[in-house]
Amino acid sequence: MARHIRARTAPGPSSTSIRYSYQAMSDTPSATAEMKLPKDFAAEKGMVNVQIDGIWHQFPKGTRMIEACRQAKITVPHYCYHPKLSSPGNCRMCLVQMGMPPRPTPGQEPQRDDHGFEPIGWIPRPVIACANTVSENMGIRTSGELVEKCREGVMEFLLINHPLDCPICDQAGECRLQEQSVQHGRGVSRFIDMKVKKPKNVDIGPRIRLDDERCIMCSRCIRFMDEVAGDAVLGFTQRGTHTTLTVHPDRLLDSNYSLNTADICPVGALTSNDFRFQMRVWFLKETPTIDVNCGTGTNITVWTRGNKIHRITPRQNDEVNSAWMPDSHRLNFHYIDGTSRLTEPLTKSGDKHLPSSWADALESSAAQLKEIPAHQVAIIASGRMTNEELFLARALAAEIGTSHLALVPRVDAADHLLVAADRNPNTTGAKLILETEDPYAGLDSIRAGVRDGSIQALIVLGEDLVTDAGFTADDLKKLRFLLQTSVLANPTADHAHVVLPSAAFAEKRGSMVNLSGRLQRLNRAVEPQGQAHDDWEILRDLMLALSGEKNEAHQIEDIFKVIAGAIPAFSGLTLSKIGHQGTPITETGYQIPLLANERARKAAGLING
Amino acid sequence: MAVVKLQRPKLNFGEKIYFGALIKGFILTMTHAVKSLLGKSVGAETLASSGLGVTMQFPEQRWDDHLPEYYRGAPALVTDEQGRERCVSCQLCEFICPPKAIKITPSEIPSDDPWAKVEKRPLEFDIDMTRCIYCGMCEEVCPEQAIYLRKDYLITGLKRADMVHNKKRLYEIGGTRVGLVNKWNELK
Ligand code: SF4
Ligand code: SF4
Ligand code: SF4
Ligand code: SF4
Ligand code: FES
Repeated sequence: MARHIRARTAPGPSSTSIRYSYQAMSDTPSATAEMKLPKDFAAEKGMVNVQIDGIWHQFPKGTRMIEACRQAKITVPHYCYHPKLSSPGNCRMCLVQMGMPPRPTPGQEPQRDDHGFEPIGWIPRPVIACANTVSENMGIRTSGELVEKCREGVMEFLLINHPLDCPICDQAGECRLQEQSVQHGRGVSRFIDMKVKKPKNVDIGPRIRLDDERCIMCSRCIRFMDEVAGDAVLGFTQRGTHTTLTVHPDRLLDSNYSLNTADICPVGALTSNDFRFQMRVWFLKETPTIDVNCGTGTNITVWTRGNKIHRITPRQNDEVNSAWMPDSHRLNFHYIDGTSRLTEPLTKSGDKHLPSSWADALESSAAQLKEIPAHQVAIIASGRMTNEELFLARALAAEIGTSHLALVPRVDAADHLLVAADRNPNTTGAKLILETEDPYAGLDSIRAGVRDGSIQALIVLGEDLVTDAGFTADDLKKLRFLLQTSVLANPTADHAHVVLPSAAFAEKRGSMVNLSGRLQRLNRAVEPQGQAHDDWEILRDLMLALSGEKNEAHQIEDIFKVIAGAIPAFSGLTLSKIGHQGTPITETGYQIPLLANERARKAAGLING
Repeated sequence: MAVVKLQRPKLNFGEKIYFGALIKGFILTMTHAVKSLLGKSVGAETLASSGLGVTMQFPEQRWDDHLPEYYRGAPALVTDEQGRERCVSCQLCEFICPPKAIKITPSEIPSDDPWAKVEKRPLEFDIDMTRCIYCGMCEEVCPEQAIYLRKDYLITGLKRADMVHNKKRLYEIGGTRVGLVNKWNELK
């Protein structure tokens, strides 16, 4: 009976399955001398053979035991281990039983079984799987009496002083401690003394609340702030059961990455002030999409119930944001159902904006645009638009017959981790779609054109010209026609003759290209508020109103198909082929600083990655 | 599924004209009518008769005193002996409720409140009584012993909105329950 030997390369899924029979080779006695053993086959590839729960696998040398188990689809319960952080091995939840071949006495040939593996001598005490690495002919048992007893013991210790807070604890439903105590807990406490009291509801920073009684001292948050955020403000004081997580006395946990600590805290010790007590996680629907606050294009999960967004968390993508995201981007979603949201089309009559129907608003826009010579019309689009929308903006310019099309640049300080200086999420996409090196170039001449009267009409797509593009209210008053699409009310919309409400990033589908040239997908987490329409539909409908033609683009896939045919970088792709992890389509040379740090730490063997 | 063929019963002539059954029924009705006039109806006591026969003159007369201990009426929120609302808006009842009758908006207890250490309570708590099926799952699941099915069964309203019990109404129905969980009352 030949066993399956699975060879695994580091990232996991690209593993190959090889099957080789040691017995077949040993049939030819002459070959015995140079007979290749499983360890030789593995060593050729820099791998080692490891038996996990009775099945032999191959892993690259240096793999942590816990990662090896994960790749073999066995989850070892753990608290302190995080693949992106160093492994101090302080929670002891990941205990497993380990075995090695017995060391032969000098001159003695090691025994081998039919498959060429040496027998495993099981060590009677457990080892932690998170900080030890695999070695040749090692055996790992992730179940069995010893391991079960260890887990039960660790759980009992962890729960000695744990408060019965689950009904009010925000972590309930996604709490590792709850999950493991269902699996390995006793159900009833044997502890009869008073529980140790620790500070509760501690204000340690503007966005994070600490409950020390719930902390299981895993130190993930401390390591994150030190190793990833580079702002080591957290630490432990006291000893033993009195160990208390605390913030440096002169400091606050106010880093722009502080909310990641709430994500990685396995219990409810660190919770987000913004999400705290808003909604139970078991009611929330997860939508994978991307962040649009800067050019990095952080991968995120939007958590919604009904049509309300409750929180945003980072989604792991090792080519973009690792497992993290900045607080400033994470919390920038409350405007979506805020009070300044535009929810119906408006047309100006006299000095006032009056609600109107979509059909009327589009028709009157088309009629007014047609009265103005094409070369006097300019389109100001946005780097926050998706590829599909930009493509339609370009098509709209062609339909009108104008060459005035520009985007509004948006630059702010970069933070050397994830936040990029370019705060437009789709600059790279705009370069590709508009086939220009600098999509922002034309803005100055459009502004000058408005001032000297050579441009009489503006179509402004999702930008606020007064706040962000250097226009003044007087400039806008000169225009014969100003059409604005926007998510929120703004000073430019005040002067617009027609205002069309459009969809926010979490309300639409589409694609963007981040600064490093990765094509990524936006997904719809909630429906647009009120009568707001998806931007690509607005552009399509405006073009139809201008041309009087029949609609042939019914869904966003239709637009993407046209893009794939027209723009070489997109050829052969569809929206669904992009996948949740995105796909690189162009080389820009841009490096995301946080990833460079992470790769260096991985290369130094500090983390698993 | 197997098909079972049923045979129609064979009726004799008397049964076919059903006149005999009519007479029988008439006699039975008259017997009860006479008995009730004489005050001799069977079971008048246990069925809480309002006087004539076994009929209770609802709603002038009420069934309330006769409800068994385990009767499941309208679900309601209760306070503890110190007037603290027991519910901490954990939303487990909202989750378990089969017809999705419960809707809770959680909130944080402000720091100047005497019960600030409890941290959480419902801002709004609505039970839609047009949906509630009186199953008692909410009572069973509640970790704080905050919601109970009371004996109120007369839930009426002129509009759908009247049939939604808000937090205030729920505490009116629920009242106080003493001596249950004491997590928040000890020295904590
Ligand atoms: S941390 Fe987990 S186990 Fe502890 S109170 Fe919160 S939900 Fe319950
Ligand atoms: S607060 Fe959370 S992440 Fe930090 S040490 Fe305690 S349990 Fe671990
Ligand atoms: S009694 Fe049943 S149906 Fe009514 S609120 Fe409770 S859980 Fe819902
Ligand atoms: S289960 Fe109990 S404590 Fe939780 S929300 Fe319902 S009534 Fe309140
Ligand atoms: S996960 Fe290994 S000791 Fe904590």
